[in-house]
Amino acid sequence: MDAIQVHGVSKSYGSQRVLDGIDLTVPAGTVFGLLGPNGAGKTTLVRILATLVRPDAGRASVMRHDVVSEAFEVRRKISLTGQYAAVDELQTGRENLVMVGRLCRLGRRAAGQRAVELLERFDLAEAGRKLVKTYSGGMRRRLDLAMSLVTAPPVIFLDEPTTGLDPRSRQQMWSFVRSLAAGGSTVFLTTQYLEEADQLADRIMLIDHGVAVADGTAASLKVRVGGERVELEFASAAALALAVADLDVPASGERSVTVATTGTAAEVRELLQRMDKVGATVDKVAIHRPTLDDVFFALTGGNPR
Amino acid sequence: MTSAYWAVDNSLAMIGRSLRISARNVEALLMAVMLPIMLMLIFVYIFGGAVNTGTEYVNYVVPGIIILCAGFGASTTAVSVTHDMVGGIMDRIRSMPVVSSAVLTGHVVASVARNLVAMALVIGVGLLVGWRPAAGVGEWFAAIGFLALFMLSISWLAACLGLLVRSVDAAGGATFAITFLPYVSSAFVPVDTLPTWLRGVAEHQPITPIVETTRGLLMGTPIGSSWWIALIWFGGITLVAFTWAAVLFRRRTA
Repeated sequence: MDAIQVHGVSKSYGSQRVLDGIDLTVPAGTVFGLLGPNGAGKTTLVRILATLVRPDAGRASVMRHDVVSEAFEVRRKISLTGQYAAVDELQTGRENLVMVGRLCRLGRRAAGQRAVELLERFDLAEAGRKLVKTYSGGMRRRLDLAMSLVTAPPVIFLDEPTTGLDPRSRQQMWSFVRSLAAGGSTVFLTTQYLEEADQLADRIMLIDHGVAVADGTAASLKVRVGGERVELEFASAAALALAVADLDVPASGERSVTVATTGTAAEVRELLQRMDKVGATVDKVAIHRPTLDDVFFALTGGNPR
Repeated sequence: MTSAYWAVDNSLAMIGRSLRISARNVEALLMAVMLPIMLMLIFVYIFGGAVNTGTEYVNYVVPGIIILCAGFGASTTAVSVTHDMVGGIMDRIRSMPVVSSAVLTGHVVASVARNLVAMALVIGVGLLVGWRPAAGVGEWFAAIGFLALFMLSISWLAACLGLLVRSVDAAGGATFAITFLPYVSSAFVPVDTLPTWLRGVAEHQPITPIVETTRGLLMGTPIGSSWWIALIWFGGITLVAFTWAAVLFRRRTA
């Protein structure tokens, strides 16, 4: 079953076309990554799916309910975690969670129990009694996500869940998203980071200026970008010459060559042994992963805005 | 459980939230407490000596100060509604299966509560500086109930303005008219001291009948038709603001 279906959705604000004929489907229980730079239209699409904005054209449904005509039904099936933590600074973590629980019709007692569970799960048990204004950015994000999970909705929208987070908090957020997916939820996330989509999403759609540029699995996108490259830097110009002759690739720098790779240790080891064999002493090894810039360059022939 | 039960429970949850936030917002709380006291003292001791109302000025001015405070209170309310819009709380709630009025009901009830506290302070300070109301118990209840209705209508209007503007700064400005109207009314000076053209404005805007009714109830001055004109204003403002706010809440995208 498809948890999300989008057919020809377009949206303009004034003369600016924000989304232009987007089509996509997200099978239930999978993680979908919507990848694109700032201003690509990611947030607008999420807001349409979360019933906050009406599309100008096209249809969209979540769990078989139309986002316009059956908005209330859709709202029972989803949760939205926006780009900025939507939490009350002047309430405690627990009060924030209880408020959401009561709005979700759990009743006061059940909302209280659920709050305790979620605080525990998101490593906020201690902080739950403190006002949110004393929280760090990572703690706010965790509370924000916890507030989205009060009713364990089948479809979860995460709009740039790690933007502005430090690396440790980002890792933590990733593991939460993985556990949601493992629990059978459908996750629709937007991100500016290829690595994030790669790590989390089963399927990725790349959008720019409101238009879908490419979609597929992370692996298929990477193939189109050219995949990972390993850069070998040599100790001397003589060694470089030996390597260039053996690998039959042009030098990429004063003393370096760049070779396409899958990035596996086995392949890199093989490459280094081959260099040893021809007597080209490798000084440094660097792996280059395709970045969002690379993806855009490869797929649109232009630079991201 | 019926949906009516949950509508009430949602509203209670949001009222609790808004009251907690009001009590913890030190800046707004200070303003809510200091402003009525300062205004009371300024009007009685600074302007009062220059205004001839045919009675002790403090006996004239108390209803006006209560209404002026409600105007400033409306600004706080609009700002907190806009804050929820800009901060994403509204989006979160609009994407949940929640009765649309619950969030705003929370803001409005907290707003009325803040205004009642301000009113109690004005009355307290008034009594300390020589205000001698002529009202009996019945008149007191009527006056407080009447002012509570005024606060309710002003609060819905403020919530509406809060939804309408795009930034917290603009929210303060949008309520300027509510803060300003009492000056062009019988709140601080008798209307017949105003220039003729301004008198027309003063006599036909909502604040004058509200002030006259409150003054009548508390001081025993004639009320005449003021009370029902004021009630029609309350009903009209509340109805329009409530309906408009419900539409804005669903349609508005921050």
